[in-house]
Amino acid sequence: MRTPLSGWGRYPVGISEVHRPERLGELKVPLQSSGSAIARGLGRSYGDASFNSSGCTVLTERLNRFLDFDPSTGALECEAGVTIGEILEYFIPRGFVPPVIPGTKFVTLGGALACDIHGKNHHKDGSFGRHVIDFSLLTADGELVHCSRDENVELFRATVGGMGLTGIITQLRLRLIPIEDPRVVVDYDRAKDLDRALELFHESDERYKYSVAWIDCVGGGRRGLGRSVLMRGNPATGSEAAVLRPEKRRGISVPSTAPSFLLNRGSIRAFNGLYYRKHPRQARGVLSGYESFFFPLDGIRNWNRLYGRSGFFQYQAVLPYDDGRDGLVKMLELLRKSGPGAFLAVLKRFGSGNPEAPLSFPMPGYTLAADVPRRGSAVLDLLSRLDEIVIDLGGRVYLAKDARTSPGAVRAMYPHLESWLEIKSRFDPANRLGSDLARRLELLP
Amino acid sequence: MTGQAKLRSSSDRGTQRAPSSGTVLILGATSQIARAIALSFANAGYDLVLAGRTPDELERVAADIRIRRAADVRTETFDASDTESHQEFVARVLADCGHALAGVIVVFGLLGDSERARSDFSHAEEIIRINYVGASSVLTHLASHFEQAGHGFIVGVSSVAGDRGRASNYIYGSAKGGLSLFLQGLRNRLHSRGVQVLTVKPGFIDTRMTFGEVPTRLAADPEVVGKAIVKAVKKRKDVIYVPWFWRYIMWVIRLLPEFVFKRTNL
Ligand SMILES: Cc1cc2nc3c(=O)[nH]c(=O)nc-3n(C[C@H](O)[C@H](O)[C@H](O)COP(=O)(O)OP(=O)(O)OC[C@H]3O[C@@H](n4cnc5c(N)ncnc54)[C@H](O)[C@@H]3O)c2cc1C
Ligand SMILES: NC(=O)c1ccc[n+]([C@@H]2O[C@H](COP(=O)([O-])OP(=O)(O)OC[C@H]3O[C@@H](n4cnc5c(N)ncnc54)[C@H](OP(=O)(O)O)[C@@H]3O)[C@@H](O)[C@H]2O)c1
Repeated sequence: MRTPLSGWGRYPVGISEVHRPERLGELKVPLQSSGSAIARGLGRSYGDASFNSSGCTVLTERLNRFLDFDPSTGALECEAGVTIGEILEYFIPRGFVPPVIPGTKFVTLGGALACDIHGKNHHKDGSFGRHVIDFSLLTADGELVHCSRDENVELFRATVGGMGLTGIITQLRLRLIPIEDPRVVVDYDRAKDLDRALELFHESDERYKYSVAWIDCVGGGRRGLGRSVLMRGNPATGSEAAVLRPEKRRGISVPSTAPSFLLNRGSIRAFNGLYYRKHPRQARGVLSGYESFFFPLDGIRNWNRLYGRSGFFQYQAVLPYDDGRDGLVKMLELLRKSGPGAFLAVLKRFGSGNPEAPLSFPMPGYTLAADVPRRGSAVLDLLSRLDEIVIDLGGRVYLAKDARTSPGAVRAMYPHLESWLEIKSRFDPANRLGSDLARRLELLP
Repeated sequence: MTGQAKLRSSSDRGTQRAPSSGTVLILGATSQIARAIALSFANAGYDLVLAGRTPDELERVAADIRIRRAADVRTETFDASDTESHQEFVARVLADCGHALAGVIVVFGLLGDSERARSDFSHAEEIIRINYVGASSVLTHLASHFEQAGHGFIVGVSSVAGDRGRASNYIYGSAKGGLSLFLQGLRNRLHSRGVQVLTVKPGFIDTRMTFGEVPTRLAADPEVVGKAIVKAVKKRKDVIYVPWFWRYIMWVIRLLPEFVFKRTNL
């Protein structure tokens, strides 16, 4: 079947042959046909990583069987189509959570591994790959290869963060984290500007397992550039759960019914102002469920359609701590001045990067992620200028979110790209694995 | 620890099940429809025996259900087209679970390539062999068990395609139609013995059978079939269509006089 596909940002769109295997054996079929193939989980990457318009796209959603669980170690073995949401559903009651939880539960483990995703606990626990024990990979030549830190090490390294370009991950083992209570104890802090937010991060981030800030990229006036709300928490312990009061529903969520023409600079500014003021200057010990703390947007299915047919970009970059603050100021000023308005933006501190994975995104520094509606050609200019700031400071953009950067920029951002390309060309000399992203960024040697 | 205790007792769809109500045998357990049926019956408190011809796949489906539902799930190798082996297969399953066998569900089937089946009779024969001969063979052996036991349920997954012969897939349709009649007869035979026989007629379900052939939005999620069967067993129904509106679609299709129907392009 040929069908149009896009990522979460709804841009770009590619037409691809689509396969949806339901049995492990059926997975080989698309790799045997001519042309290239790429795996697609739930299409929650924003750009063109999850489809292949010059070959086929393999939907992994039906290969989602749990295979084994060892409660004594937390090791869970399952197929790559299992989602973060399914793990929460079935394992919170058993006293475990995934080691890394992204901002949506609609992410497959294959997608999580291929993008080496990070969560609000990155400063403490690192990215997804660190918690993966081993996995099986269907490679370009149709072989099922077992990859771990002892076996097929190069394929292991190139696959973590490898954007699906080394093969199709069929199953993996990862270590879940034990919890005592199915909730998180959250502290909220309002920061009047960027400097205050960074100060709070540095003062107290190490006290929290989970830490993130919502940041205003449109309003705040001259003095309030980068005003934020920090949301930081720890897994509740049994004794805390007994004494703390559960979260009161805060009376604001993203408008779900607003037609896209309402999403203009004015309304975005108003929303951000409201969001900022709705949060108390400071709140301590708010008990919150995992879903409401981690997935505030999942309640609104297809919120990405709010941006209309032309879609949107999410720009996410990391800036190293050195000069990172000045870089953030430049980025925020650019976004505020020339952007069509960033509706939702997030700021977080990363811990150390993943030394095992040459294409992994996180590195020590600040990461800023902002949604930018795709309106007018000025938007592309704006994002290229953001790239320049990022490259200048030795940072990088996140490929899972990217839909528009250039081959040159990626080479300037990812110092280990050459070694990754070398492994890719050795294991897949004919480029049987390819995506639109890979062609755009010239990742097919 | 109080926290742990709280976790275990908190309400949860994942691990909390009704108390065991016996064992259900699922024949052809590797399809998406069968997996959905198995999950629904495990949820309703049944233990499962999953039977099929591909042991690895069967093991994966079984492991998944054990983890999702904390159910007791066993697997058995079973080939629908090898009718010679059915008697022994049934004996083996009965030896294992005997009176705990609450019911059986025939899910296996083969759509085949209808274009090819028009001219290649060996392919047509394979379609008939699996959908009709295989199903009636294994059910013949199981029927006597249920007849003697005097309770239980027999479910056959047939198809709306069996309700009327159509140019596009009449080989498959005739085999499923044969199965529907077989089940109807069996129902009338076993009714007085307290055994329920349920005929399930799915319309378009979103599986590999329809993927790429039927627009995904017109095909129902396989989960719908699982839930519908559990409910129909509970209510001791005779025939269900899934989704329900197919009953009315097929009612209209059956009503069309032959001289009209033969001119249509269905
Ligand atoms: C609301 C929202 C919040 C998000 N928050 C975060 C966050 O906090 N942190 C973060 O890191 N990311 C975040 N993301 C991005 C998301 O986690 C990643 O893009 C993730 O990869 C999406 O998973 P998926 O299953 O949808 O994969 P897809 O988008 O379908 O694919 C992503 C990549 O993984 C590859 N892939 C998928 N499955 C396989 C497989 N089985 N084998 C090999 N390759 C495979 C694809 O080829 C593609 O290159 C967020 C996305 C959204 C929409
Ligand atoms: N999808 C629909 O729209 C639809 C509509 C009406 C009725 N149905 C019926 O629903 C049932 C399930 O179909 P599906 O859509 O889920 O498609 P499917 O995946 O093709 O299911 C067919 C199943 O039958 C098994 N099977 C085939 N030959 C067998 C044999 N000789 N011995 C044992 N098992 C055998 C297959 O096993 P393997 O996994 O080993 O191949 C597979 O599990 C079938 O009876 C089908 O006719 C489906």
